[in-house]
Amino acid sequence: MTEQPKLSRATRLAKWLVSGPPFVFLLLFFVAPAIIMVLASFRYPGEFGGLAPLLADAQTLHGLTVETYQFFFSDTIYAYVFLKSILVALATTLICLLLAYPLALLIARSPKQSRDLMVLLVVLPFASNFLVRVYAWMIILGPQAAFSQAVNGVLVALGMEPVHLLFSPFAVLVGMVYVHLPFMVLPLYTNLEKHDPALLDAAQDLGANGWQRFWRVTFPLSLPGIFSGSALVFIPVLGMFAIPDILGGTGDMLIGNLIKEQFLGTRDWPFGSTLSIMLTITVLLIVWLTTRVAGKGRRYA
Amino acid sequence: MARLELRNVTRRFGDFVAVDDVSLSIESGEFFTLLGPSGCGKTTILRMIAGFDLPDAGQILLDGQDLADTPAEKRPIHTVFQSYALFPHLTVAENIAFPLKMARRPEAERQAMLREMLEQVHLADKAAAYPHELSGGQKQRVALARGLVNRPRLLLLDEPLGALDAKLREEMQVDLIELQRDVGITFVFVTHAQVEALALSHRIAVMNAGRVEQLDEPAKLYSAPRNRFVADFIGQINQLQAQVVEVAHSHLRLAVAGLGEIVAPPLADAKVGDKGVYAIRPEQVRIGIHDEVGELKNHFTGEVKSLLYQGDVTVYRVGLANGAMLEALLPNSASGRAQLFEAGDAVKLGWRHDAGMFLHD
Amino acid sequence: MRRGIGLWAAALAVYAFLYLPLAIVVVYSFNDSRLNAEWVGFTLHWYEVLLHDEEMLLAAGNSLFIACVSALVATLLGTMAGIAIHRYDLKLLNFMALTPVAMPEILLGVSLLLFFIQVLNLTLGMLSIILAHITFSIGFVAVIVRARLAGMDDSLFEAARDLGASPWETFRYVTFPLILPAVIAGGLMAFTLSIDDFVITFFTAGVGVQTLPLRIYSMIKIAVTPEVNAVSTLLMLLTLTMIVLASRFAPDALKGKA
Repeated sequence: MTEQPKLSRATRLAKWLVSGPPFVFLLLFFVAPAIIMVLASFRYPGEFGGLAPLLADAQTLHGLTVETYQFFFSDTIYAYVFLKSILVALATTLICLLLAYPLALLIARSPKQSRDLMVLLVVLPFASNFLVRVYAWMIILGPQAAFSQAVNGVLVALGMEPVHLLFSPFAVLVGMVYVHLPFMVLPLYTNLEKHDPALLDAAQDLGANGWQRFWRVTFPLSLPGIFSGSALVFIPVLGMFAIPDILGGTGDMLIGNLIKEQFLGTRDWPFGSTLSIMLTITVLLIVWLTTRVAGKGRRYA
Repeated sequence: MARLELRNVTRRFGDFVAVDDVSLSIESGEFFTLLGPSGCGKTTILRMIAGFDLPDAGQILLDGQDLADTPAEKRPIHTVFQSYALFPHLTVAENIAFPLKMARRPEAERQAMLREMLEQVHLADKAAAYPHELSGGQKQRVALARGLVNRPRLLLLDEPLGALDAKLREEMQVDLIELQRDVGITFVFVTHAQVEALALSHRIAVMNAGRVEQLDEPAKLYSAPRNRFVADFIGQINQLQAQVVEVAHSHLRLAVAGLGEIVAPPLADAKVGDKGVYAIRPEQVRIGIHDEVGELKNHFTGEVKSLLYQGDVTVYRVGLANGAMLEALLPNSASGRAQLFEAGDAVKLGWRHDAGMFLHD
Repeated sequence: MRRGIGLWAAALAVYAFLYLPLAIVVVYSFNDSRLNAEWVGFTLHWYEVLLHDEEMLLAAGNSLFIACVSALVATLLGTMAGIAIHRYDLKLLNFMALTPVAMPEILLGVSLLLFFIQVLNLTLGMLSIILAHITFSIGFVAVIVRARLAGMDDSLFEAARDLGASPWETFRYVTFPLILPAVIAGGLMAFTLSIDDFVITFFTAGVGVQTLPLRIYSMIKIAVTPEVNAVSTLLMLLTLTMIVLASRFAPDALKGKA
């Protein structure tokens, strides 16, 4: 039984001393800003950007309003951008899963000594700066680079138009997958490593071939790993703005880009806040869904 | 010197009452054991004595002083944990010297006490080793040394022999008894293994569901259990449904299911019509073919249904004519024959009329 | 366990996919050409340019300073948080520490921008960046410290107190020595996260202060030269060293974190 014991006075003091400073810091610089953002979404935009004052004379805009939310729901373009972002996140997650699974499986089945090294090799690219990883694809997909030349060569030979690989949805997708791949590999590997090899032997004993063994034993048991990995990819991708910004064309804006525009471009902070709130709600929904489905998946283990 | 007293101590966790109004006292220099199944509250009491938990009601007094306001680190009470809890980053010597350091004893004194303790637990040659290099028994001894080196008034031991294999356990039991005798410090020992408790303790408190069922010396617990729980928990015992038929100054007459009428020793609060069990230890049941058994006050005939050969003894399960099943324990004779009877043999069972007892439900 | 050739091939392909782009960046940093198109010849020219690029050096200096300060504070607060969450089972604090790490970075960046300007009336600059970096690093350090504590026998701390150690002495003689590897690993991670951070810094830097990632970003958007490759290579070397060091100190924490 793990009931909390009653603590003596000295221990209670110690508890406040240890948990106090980080708690206060996070309260101030995480919770408070979040609350401010919620409040800001109900304000009017200021004359020169930012927020309009709460109290002022009758001439200037002031007070609280739900105008931003009305604006959000009135124009379908915002729903469209949200949908596009979700689709991109979904596609990224799926591709990451397809690429990560064989790798994770291989590492999990390798001898113990090599496993740590192999995992480190997966993590290392993550060590490089995020922008560098995106920049690398600018080079590879650039029109003068070998890859583009090759692809366009093939297309022309087949009688089709040459394409711009860079500044396209394709480039954005590649960038997203590339940056987030390690996040899918690690949880999958952690899960697969725990599988009991005896289960597969038993399945083989009962007549299952290689593919069946995978589909009916390994895959269901790995579902919790798949869900963790997917969450770790899906959520950041949803809020990503730098990759579409660098690798995408003008029509490839996602939610992140919209939010950035509102805060730094048009300086319509209330609306930017609203968009952020909408994004937060979407993320929370995904998290809630994942925990529910993952909970059911756990029955397989 | 070091008398510990619990007065009406109660501890609840939500709706669950872990310790229910327990009062007892532990004398100075005694090897005292809290014995009971898991969840009976023995570990909770130990933690409250150590200071890691506080009672919801009642007091814990050391030599008359209430410990409630004294935090764990200030109590002159040390604990040997079930997992030993040896500091992995310190050597054996540093581990043992830790309480001396916390007590701020002068360096010379520390060295002397440390050396003495290492000698006492036979670990002088392992002083510079780290815990992960030691065997289970050695770790055990380091934990003991660490708990004793600063001469606490009380040493608490939380199932310390649990992780050891059977043989090592027995050796450690002997070591523990000798150690306790040598240092003269009061030991409060917690275990669920009744055999261990019987071997080690001066007195045992048998606990069940937060209450003390009986507090007595081991021999008394064994021969005169006060109720069914204690009778059942300590050693093996036969129990048959019984009802009091006659109450006399010198004896009780019982109607026992499957046996018939039995004469039993008197019991102070028994009344005619009381329901309970008639209990008798297997080793008190004489089993034989010849008539010497028939001379005992209570005797019956039956057939051996099965037997358990245990090397030094054999336990026979005998089905009696009137329906009861009794276990009889017989030492295997020195003649070398495995056992005297086989399944299917017709035998006679008997015992002295004061060998069994009546216990209320 | 038989590992099919197909599995090997697929896995190797993924490894290649992970490393090739980075290799190209590094290789082209030595390329004697303005364009990142094809190999012309070996040169250290771009590294020279880098070393004389005052803005870049200033940005690098800022990044290092910010990383040191924020890593120090985040390690301190994160260690305290990790200990408190483990010892006293503080679910709220756990939530508050981890959410900045789990949520999309843009949300933290934007909300801090609002907070700094609207509420604190703070001019964006070094201080705002440092505060922002600490906020998301605390969770990282806390997780690593907590993982280390979870792997230890809890009765060790009770034993220390039982043997006469006050809460402070318990920390000093038992807890701290045992979590030190995790604290160091956490510190290194916090440093790396700070040096590398782009999104949150983007929103909280204001106009005055440049950090290395911000400078790289403006170079990528405005005028791409292999100087970017050079600085990228050096940055990669730095973070590589940090991560390898961190994994020496707390090998399980980094794997288990996900």
